Amino acid sequence: MPCDDRISRRQMLKRLAAGAPVALLVTVFPKLAFGVDRKPGEKRPLYAYAVDVSRCIGCCACMRACRSENDVPAGYFRTWVERFRVRGNGEVQVDVAATDDFVFKATPAEDVVKAFFVPKLCNHCEKSVCSQVCPVGASYESPEGVVLVDKKHCVGCGYCVQACPYGTRFIDPVSHTAGKCTLCYHRITRGELPACVLACPKGARMFGDLHDPKSHLSIFLRQRRYRVLKPEMGTHPKCYYTDLDLEVI
Amino acid sequence: MNYVFPNELHVTWTVMIVLYPYITGLVAGAFIVSSLYHVFGQKELKPIARFSLASAFVFLLFATLPLLIHLGHPERAFNMMITPHFTSAMAGFGYIYSSYMILVALEIWFVMRGDFIARARERGPVAWFCRALILFNTDDTPATREADHRIVKFLAGLGIPLACTLHGYVGFLFGSIKANPWWATPLMFVIFIFSAIVSGISVLIFHYFVVSRINGWKIDFECVKSLGRYLWGFMMVAVALELMELLSLAYEQTEATDVLGHLIRTKLFVSYVILQFMLCSLVPFVLLGITALFKLRERTAYLLIWLSSCLLLLQVLLMRWNVVIGGQLVSKSMRGFTDYFPGIWEKEGLITAGVIFTLPFVLLYVFHRLVSLFPDAEKLPSIKPGA
Repeated sequence: MPCDDRISRRQMLKRLAAGAPVALLVTVFPKLAFGVDRKPGEKRPLYAYAVDVSRCIGCCACMRACRSENDVPAGYFRTWVERFRVRGNGEVQVDVAATDDFVFKATPAEDVVKAFFVPKLCNHCEKSVCSQVCPVGASYESPEGVVLVDKKHCVGCGYCVQACPYGTRFIDPVSHTAGKCTLCYHRITRGELPACVLACPKGARMFGDLHDPKSHLSIFLRQRRYRVLKPEMGTHPKCYYTDLDLEVI
Repeated sequence: MNYVFPNELHVTWTVMIVLYPYITGLVAGAFIVSSLYHVFGQKELKPIARFSLASAFVFLLFATLPLLIHLGHPERAFNMMITPHFTSAMAGFGYIYSSYMILVALEIWFVMRGDFIARARERGPVAWFCRALILFNTDDTPATREADHRIVKFLAGLGIPLACTLHGYVGFLFGSIKANPWWATPLMFVIFIFSAIVSGISVLIFHYFVVSRINGWKIDFECVKSLGRYLWGFMMVAVALELMELLSLAYEQTEATDVLGHLIRTKLFVSYVILQFMLCSLVPFVLLGITALFKLRERTAYLLIWLSSCLLLLQVLLMRWNVVIGGQLVSKSMRGFTDYFPGIWEKEGLITAGVIFTLPFVLLYVFHRLVSLFPDAEKLPSIKPGA
């Protein structure tokens, strides 16, 4: 039986041409096509981190907690604590408890006029250069502002390790993919605190939602003067430091 | 002093990443020599034109091997082309590399179609292979040769910007890393392009001499002399650009000046100052200058040009080492340096690097067995009267 509703080649081409912009919109700009998957009025959290340097006592409980919570391989660090010792002649000595027991070496330091500890971790930058340079998009920013790595997609090229100005990334020797601080994403999305924040006995590490004006972090940042590391890199870090000495890079 | 961030104790990019821009550079340089003949009509380069194109092709085939060995997940390498992240400088590599590969393969096909047809008329498996290669079309007339020649000229011309893109892009991979003061310079583009040309010409001179010596062929004096002059010119620009970069760094007196000055004076003193600049730049500059400016005996000129090409091959390798490894020795804490020397037997060690670098030469030999890369070698008189 002959089919009457067959379309001509010209019609077919016309329909394809009409469909192309829609296909382009859906594939290239899905957010424009489908909108954002959020309820009306709902504000997604924007997670950030703060460090009160004057409170850190260098106990490294945070480093231990991070290692056990995230199975960080030995010799690699998602977070660490730096010890700064400034001598009378202006010389600055910096070291880190990068040993298995996370204890600072009792090295002699004469004529120390100032000493302090600085916890370091991924700055979860607003313009994260590590995500920018990832050739496959495996490094990305979650909707809550946390910079994460898709380990199933990462090729392990190490470009992000080179691009991070803060030295917080590494190539995990077990998974052979990029490793970094996730702000304990598996915990914070359940409403819990990151392991390092929970473990800190002095409350030097703080975590919270910048979109919530009543969050502990928002109040802290309103009350204190703070700065970020390497602002000249233009990465807009979301890890804020108070009482930070100029010596810290 | 000497504090490095704890994750920086592990140098991420190893000798494999030194080899990758080195081999890519050889490709770009060798291709440009072939284009000097095919596009710009530098007839004196004819004896080496085929060989340079074949060299570019075989080096191109192995350019990604060190990368694949380095990747944590080489089986995901095609993700870069399937799911590219276009904000990344690295995302374009697959496309640029593939385009260039297609172009070089096509150019070789058209340049050597006549030879493939000749081999296809023989008997045996190689003839079958050649028949498949020429798509079972044995049409070889003056008209087809003329058509092939026109296509070759077009491809060779198109290949020059593509070769510059390929290698300038490799430079950009490093130059765009703002976190690393040793890499972050817009000059990196240009430095990489010129050093690529230097290494490409050097490898051709080196190999041409060795192959001719082994086979007892006469070396074409005009060809070598011309290559020597080009090498001299390009090496001057390449070294001058690097020195300009160094001068800017020293003069600007930024935060990086102290730490990079310390890097040059200590960690890179031997590989950068002594070997790269003093031995492998200054000496060839003088030697090539002598061959270009003075009338020497052929034998002496050959020796000086060959020696210069060896030193410049080493110079570019050292430059890659000093850029790739040197940049990673500086801690982002700006307070110290780490150390790196590749192991001998490890996956990304010296033996692997040696094997990778040898493979293109082996393939080149196989290529030569298939189709002669120096078809006129025995027939050509080496010395022209009055040369």
